[in-house]
Amino acid sequence: MTVAETSRRSGAFRDRASRWGGLIGRELSTVAITMFGLLLITFLIARVVPIDPVLAVVGDNARPDVYDAARAELGLDKPLWQQFAIYVGKVFTGDLGTSVLTAQKVTDDIKRVFPATLELATLGTLIGVVLGVPLGVLAAVYQGRWPDQLARILGLFGYSIPVFWLGLMGLLLFYAKLGWVGGPGRIGVAWQDFVTPVTGVILLDAAMQGEWDAFWDAFSHLVLPSAVLGLFSLAYISRMARSFMIAELQQQYVIAARVKGMSEFRVIWRHALRNALVPLITVVALSYAQLLEGSVLTETIFAWPGLGRYITNSLLNADMNAVLGGTLVVGAVFIGVNLFSDILGRLVDPRTR
Amino acid sequence: MRQFAKMLTVSAFAALMASSVVAQTPKDTVVMAKQIDDIISLDPAEAFEFSGVEVGANVYDKLIGVDLAKGNALVGELAASWTVSPDNLTYTFKLRPNLKFHSGNALTAADVVYSFQRAVTLNKSPGFILAQFGFTKENVLEKVKATDDGTVVITVSKPFAPTFFLNCLTSGVASIVDSKLVKANEKDGDFGNAWLKLNSAGSGAYKVRAYRPNEQYALEANESWYKGAPKNKRVIVRHVAEPASQRLLLEKGDVDIARNLSKDQLAAVKDKADIQIVQGDKGYILYLGLNTKNPHFAKPEVREAMKWLVDYTAIERNIVEGTYKHHESFLPKGFLGAIDDKPYKFDPAKAKELLTKAGYPNGFTVTMDVRSVNPITDIAQAIQSSWAQAGIKLELIPGDGKQTLTKYRARTHDIYIGQWGPDYLDPHTNAETFAINENNGEDAKSKTLAWRNAWDIPDMTKVTQAAVLESDAAKRAATYGTLQREHQKVSPFVIMFQQVEVSALRKGVSGWAIGPSSDTNFYAPIAKN
Repeated sequence: MTVAETSRRSGAFRDRASRWGGLIGRELSTVAITMFGLLLITFLIARVVPIDPVLAVVGDNARPDVYDAARAELGLDKPLWQQFAIYVGKVFTGDLGTSVLTAQKVTDDIKRVFPATLELATLGTLIGVVLGVPLGVLAAVYQGRWPDQLARILGLFGYSIPVFWLGLMGLLLFYAKLGWVGGPGRIGVAWQDFVTPVTGVILLDAAMQGEWDAFWDAFSHLVLPSAVLGLFSLAYISRMARSFMIAELQQQYVIAARVKGMSEFRVIWRHALRNALVPLITVVALSYAQLLEGSVLTETIFAWPGLGRYITNSLLNADMNAVLGGTLVVGAVFIGVNLFSDILGRLVDPRTR
Repeated sequence: MRQFAKMLTVSAFAALMASSVVAQTPKDTVVMAKQIDDIISLDPAEAFEFSGVEVGANVYDKLIGVDLAKGNALVGELAASWTVSPDNLTYTFKLRPNLKFHSGNALTAADVVYSFQRAVTLNKSPGFILAQFGFTKENVLEKVKATDDGTVVITVSKPFAPTFFLNCLTSGVASIVDSKLVKANEKDGDFGNAWLKLNSAGSGAYKVRAYRPNEQYALEANESWYKGAPKNKRVIVRHVAEPASQRLLLEKGDVDIARNLSKDQLAAVKDKADIQIVQGDKGYILYLGLNTKNPHFAKPEVREAMKWLVDYTAIERNIVEGTYKHHESFLPKGFLGAIDDKPYKFDPAKAKELLTKAGYPNGFTVTMDVRSVNPITDIAQAIQSSWAQAGIKLELIPGDGKQTLTKYRARTHDIYIGQWGPDYLDPHTNAETFAINENNGEDAKSKTLAWRNAWDIPDMTKVTQAAVLESDAAKRAATYGTLQREHQKVSPFVIMFQQVEVSALRKGVSGWAIGPSSDTNFYAPIAKN
């Protein structure tokens, strides 16, 4: 290697580093602007709705003096811009306020409910990816033949069956009738106290503490709701995988590879899928982020104390701190997952190397 | 689609539930499925929602309680006995000897004084129940005094009916807390409020072992309770929002008691061999509030016509069977002075006659704010169709609960359909809101239901206010009887139903009785065999 070559190389390295640096800077400023917009809009919506948040604190029968005291305590007697300034200031110090309904800090509440949703969404997405991607690929390869029809039926099924119905039927069949899985709730009453919450994700906590009976009990409670969510994400992912693959399989490089005599397996799974992977990552990330918002119906039927129900319940009770905090977290998760999928996409995409 | 899904669900339920494996809950533990997301606080000075109050009833003791088996008669709890001075101003309570809190601290008259001081000073939602007897944070220590370790003397501001004061002492806000423990957890002079929201410091049948909002609470039996150890060791109440899921858990045996089954589910489980049903009258009244600011409802004939236009029996049979029953007076059954008169029935001809007399032979158009939950929506629709028979066009405005309530409190509604629950076990709680309106102006201090419907009633207000000063319990009951009969005739309230609470239990679970309020839902007698 000559000296000139070495310097050219390090120059290329510097180029790439600065390119990545600029990229991250741009992404970060986008994130900051998006988060601020999110804060402003949720705050305004929360203040504009014709619901009196004081009622959430004091109930219907409160006397005027109790009502006024609660109103002042919530800071609702101040002008709107001041309320917003105070709110933003607090958010920056990590203080999302106290939830009226649970009487706990919103951050503590979210720390409690988010792991439940995380557990469900992760397993759901795993099911969706592990089954959905191969199904979509096969459907594309055998376009119009029976694997394609099967994928289509499953896709329609997953997309069109109301989740509350599917959840209840699943419970009836697999829990009540067959007894294969646990019922509503995250863990059986008998195991409730065996696992000390550390991460909040029961499976992880139980495994770390070596409580394997509790682990399996929690797992048996998790299987059904995550399968219901998994079917939904499978439907979406397999449909998208199919159309991406069909597009790839018509590309010239596929024909070239086949002409070269490469095995069909290699052509499909190594070359075509590799290229379809880039948009697919975005699809998977979006569907994961969607599940991370929490699925209200699934959580309701399975008595799952997750984020979706927390936010909905707070909304119905005009518990504005909790709604704002929850929305902020959902927004942050969405932005985070998107950012991650962008970066992952760049790493996977050979053209960006 | 929803209907179709519902049909599928029902038929699949029927097919699948025919045979199933039954699980078991631990023998000494009672497991309940219940909607508990209404809990805001476990602090007895603050809790005012059904679920929170119910926890308090099982964790704290009060001076006075009620005996469900004896028609809600007043009985001493922590107080072994009490006397009332002849002028009805001073009450002297003698405590039972050797009372102890869960912490092991002795329960003395000083704790009683602290608890009253705390509730009055914090003045949270239920604070007025005590404050109405003239206690303020400035004077409470003069009005509530410990003369020795076992004696408390309380002075009220007016010669109130003793039944009124004592009934109020049975509500959760009058619970006695462990002053030493609470003081140790005080922060910035909050009387331990932040800590007590999630923890307990009582002497009652149970102590709170763990509470996770919107998820569950676990209570542990207090073996040395002064009434004797509870019949079970633990009670675990799980938040299960969906009634269908509650039913599955119950049928499967993963819970012993399901608290929120809907009418359809109750009908389906009530004949099962391993399920039993327990019912209790609740204080909740379902009514229509007709805003007399609307010129139509300012006319007494129109108000009366509305009462003839509700098909009470059909709604009870078809919509709310088993969960509400026909009731037309403002005091729920089980309260002192309650009456069972039902002067109205569905009679469109009679209503038409009254409307013609009022100058509306062809009816009129009016709106009703309806909270989008069942059975409220279904009842509103039933009313809509029966009113059409008298030419009244009723437009339903659906909304979320807080939204309709905000409008109602600002009295900008035409008609509000809603529920009213008594705040404590004394007739005054409902009489006050349904039959007192001191000032009908917008600047009114006390915005009762009568105020919200702009019903100006100076004379009835005086009668109702006088009733709390009647020291003879029988005379007091008679006054409320007369008051309610008059109210039925002239008021802008179409009182329709009283709530019945129903629980479904597994066979072998005994001792569960549903009291008239959340203050009287006791877990201690529940046993399993």
